[in-house]
Amino acid sequence: MSPMPLLEITSLRTEFSTRQGLLPAVDDVSLRVQPGEILGLVGESGSGKSVTGFSILGLIDAPGKITQGSILFEGTELVGASDETLRQLRGDRLAMIFQDPMMTLNPVLRVDTQMIETIQAHRSMSSEQARARCREVLVQVGIASPDERLKQYPHQFSGGMRQRVAIAIALLLRPALIIADEPTTALDVTVQGQILFEMQRLTRETGTALIWITHDLAVVAGLAQRVAVMYAGRIVESGSVQQVLNTPLHPYTRGLLDSVPANSERGQRLHQIPGMTPSLVNRPKGCAFRNRCSYAQADCAIDPPVQHFEQEHMVRCVRPLTEVKR
Amino acid sequence: MTTSPLSAQLVEETPWRQFVRDFMQSRLALFGLVLLALVLFLALFAPWIAPQNPYDLAKLDLMDSKLAPGSESMTGSIFLLGTDGMGRDMLSAILYGLRVSLLVGVVSGVIALAIGASLGVSAAFFGGRYEQILMRIVDIQLGFPAILVALILIAVLGSGVEKVIIALITVQWAYYARTARSAALVERNKEYMEAARGLGLPTWRVLLKHLIPNTLPPLIVVGTVQVAHAIALEATLSFLGLGLPITEPSLGLLIANGYEYMLSGKYWISVYPGVALLLTIMAINLVGDQLRDVLNPRLAR
Amino acid sequence: MSANAPLLDLRKVSKRFTTSPDLIERMAAKFGFAAAAQTVHAVDQVSFSIAAGEVIGLVGESGCGKSTLGRVIAGLHKATEGEVLFKGQPLRYSPGVRPAIQMIFQDPFASLNPRKRVGDAIVEAPIAHGLIAASQAKEQAAQLLEQVGLDASYVRRFPHQFSGGQRARIGIARALAVQPTLLVCDEAVAALDVSIQAQVLNLFMDLRERLSLTYLFISHDLGVVRHIADRVVVMYLGRVVEIGQTTELHEHPNHPYTQALLAEVPRLDRRNIDYTPIKGEIPSPLSPPTGCHFHPRCPHAKPVCAEQAPLLRELSNGHWSACHLNS
Repeated sequence: MSPMPLLEITSLRTEFSTRQGLLPAVDDVSLRVQPGEILGLVGESGSGKSVTGFSILGLIDAPGKITQGSILFEGTELVGASDETLRQLRGDRLAMIFQDPMMTLNPVLRVDTQMIETIQAHRSMSSEQARARCREVLVQVGIASPDERLKQYPHQFSGGMRQRVAIAIALLLRPALIIADEPTTALDVTVQGQILFEMQRLTRETGTALIWITHDLAVVAGLAQRVAVMYAGRIVESGSVQQVLNTPLHPYTRGLLDSVPANSERGQRLHQIPGMTPSLVNRPKGCAFRNRCSYAQADCAIDPPVQHFEQEHMVRCVRPLTEVKR
Repeated sequence: MTTSPLSAQLVEETPWRQFVRDFMQSRLALFGLVLLALVLFLALFAPWIAPQNPYDLAKLDLMDSKLAPGSESMTGSIFLLGTDGMGRDMLSAILYGLRVSLLVGVVSGVIALAIGASLGVSAAFFGGRYEQILMRIVDIQLGFPAILVALILIAVLGSGVEKVIIALITVQWAYYARTARSAALVERNKEYMEAARGLGLPTWRVLLKHLIPNTLPPLIVVGTVQVAHAIALEATLSFLGLGLPITEPSLGLLIANGYEYMLSGKYWISVYPGVALLLTIMAINLVGDQLRDVLNPRLAR
Repeated sequence: MSANAPLLDLRKVSKRFTTSPDLIERMAAKFGFAAAAQTVHAVDQVSFSIAAGEVIGLVGESGCGKSTLGRVIAGLHKATEGEVLFKGQPLRYSPGVRPAIQMIFQDPFASLNPRKRVGDAIVEAPIAHGLIAASQAKEQAAQLLEQVGLDASYVRRFPHQFSGGQRARIGIARALAVQPTLLVCDEAVAALDVSIQAQVLNLFMDLRERLSLTYLFISHDLGVVRHIADRVVVMYLGRVVEIGQTTELHEHPNHPYTQALLAEVPRLDRRNIDYTPIKGEIPSPLSPPTGCHFHPRCPHAKPVCAEQAPLLRELSNGHWSACHLNS
């Protein structure tokens, strides 16, 4: 039996109120993250992956609301938890890195002010001790001359550096889990490479678990141990990276993998998934992918069952692709 | 967030329709709009609604002067809001006064917008020395208090409706120019402007069909607030005795005239025109606030 | 370089942006406050050519100048130095002249006028240039939409009513309307989801066949470039560092920057990041390093690299590289 998971999400449902009533951006999402594990949460726009990340941290504001399900983090229930409970956990045991580092960094505060403030909000440490910790963590994320950098403002850093500072802030209090929402999407390939390399090293050294939210399957392939693929608010497939990327069971995962240019012959037409992701308002009943799926049949109009294969390879499909030629 | 492609049955979703829908979301703004419509209606149809023509000196009877609201006149009709020092029916005077105030405010606002916007947009588009010089002039103009500039102009030009309008235009064009330039600067750097240039479209087309329509929203917002401002400014000028002649009183002049009677308890001569002025400006501001929120792209869906 | 006369020929094209002090700053300078003019060498002596029907992939990271170069070619910026020759003649752009080169922009939403119906936006330029009569406008718009895979009934809709992929197609339709010979695609698929990206890339490939188009495909995504480009030009901080046939470049990259770039691209088949990423950050274009721009980050740098800028030298047929290690 696997040990007690660090994070256990069960049947999470986060809804947003629209003109058509309450609609779920995240629908029946169940996930498990073990301590020290790296999970890739993959999906395109409109899949609900970011909303899932925000839901875990309790950052969903009106017109959104978590309406069902439970999020157990280190044994504490986060859904419906008091503001104070959440505040104590955030930054301390649970941290988040956003796509835009300026969502973390306050442009009018010096880096040291902001970092020390974060530490002192959770620990009673003197400024000196806090500063030492800041220095330590900046070195860990690969920022040279940390003492100088601490005295600077965010606008004096390049995009890649800012993201590193945001990661450093996330690491300050040695959280058990970091949720990273597309942190390298807006960065250059070489900077992304550096950050991915460092994240992998850091999580190994510190034992921090990581949920890496992205639309880029290739990033997940290199970084994560397990992956969950989301489509239209639901997890359609999850399992170890090997399993999902080598033997995808869900037609959408298969379609995504085939669409990547690297997986096609040069000059040949790319495999394309016809149509486009349905918006919140337009989701078809039953399997949300059925209008674009080449294997769809009449029984796809009912909610597809969750099927389990060996080694926790899960797929939400009535007819998974068990014979797949890759 | 992906926007959904239209399904077959949806009504044609023009930006106008969306704008109307967004505007209606605020009860307060709707109230302001209704109030404004009422004010406009009253002003427009004043000659037919007003019980008396306050400009017709022949009709005035000094015996009717300073009567309290609800009193009867010599001829038997009721003065709903009382009369002023010359025997004028307050209600009629207010209705006609609204007309003048609105006329002056709107006309000067529209002309100032046209002048200010063209200068501001062209400054942003052409840049260089032209822009620099124009913006410095705008800055200097805005450095002076509006009332001071207006006073000086009236002193030089003399009084009368046209002179007041000219003075108000001179005071206001700079606000429009500045707003127009900022909006145009933002839009000018957007990719659709680059695309328009890249397509080889003639310059006039790029300016008229691409740049200007997209710089209008903030100008409309400034416009509504400025009209209220102009009305208030004109009222101030009239209160000080400059601006409009006594024979065609605006609300400001009415307030001024009634001022001397306040201490003797004949409040209605000053207060009611004041209330009318207040309601007008409030209505315009409420509408303007909602316009600003609706047209603000940051708050958009 | 191809044997036939190239369609587009860039000869030592440079583009510099200078922020010169304005009136107030100049006056302040008279009183002793320093008003320094800052120059960004966005594009520095770039030379290469594009043959008719080719797809050239232009790759590089932020600050490399690829977008600026694309805009110079599309006529949105004027080159500070050098020549851009189209079919042997210097390119001339002025308002009112139908351009033979069109640009497809990165942000499909920002590149469409939010207040114009898409049908109007598409046919505006051909009507202005006299390519079609106003009476044929509706037909033309419908036809162009169909050509890019959209329903003809969408002509009367506004940009905000479409999804990202659809807007990208509308941008392409608008560019095609003026019957260009060369399309400059500036990160045209970067903002799209993977599945939509595949659709739009297929569209590009179809159009190339059908309309005999030539492409300059600017992208930071090496996987995409590898798939559709015939030749690749790699830029770093304003300069071209390597040019070659796509397969040759991917299998035998010569310049250390190209090697590092290829090594860093996340690949689906690579299951653990075990390489050494390239050190350092991209320097600011305001103060580029001396000599070879890449030398502070290059694992093989020699003393000469800091002194002299290396020239592009042909290694084998069609494979050029600008590196002192080759001499």
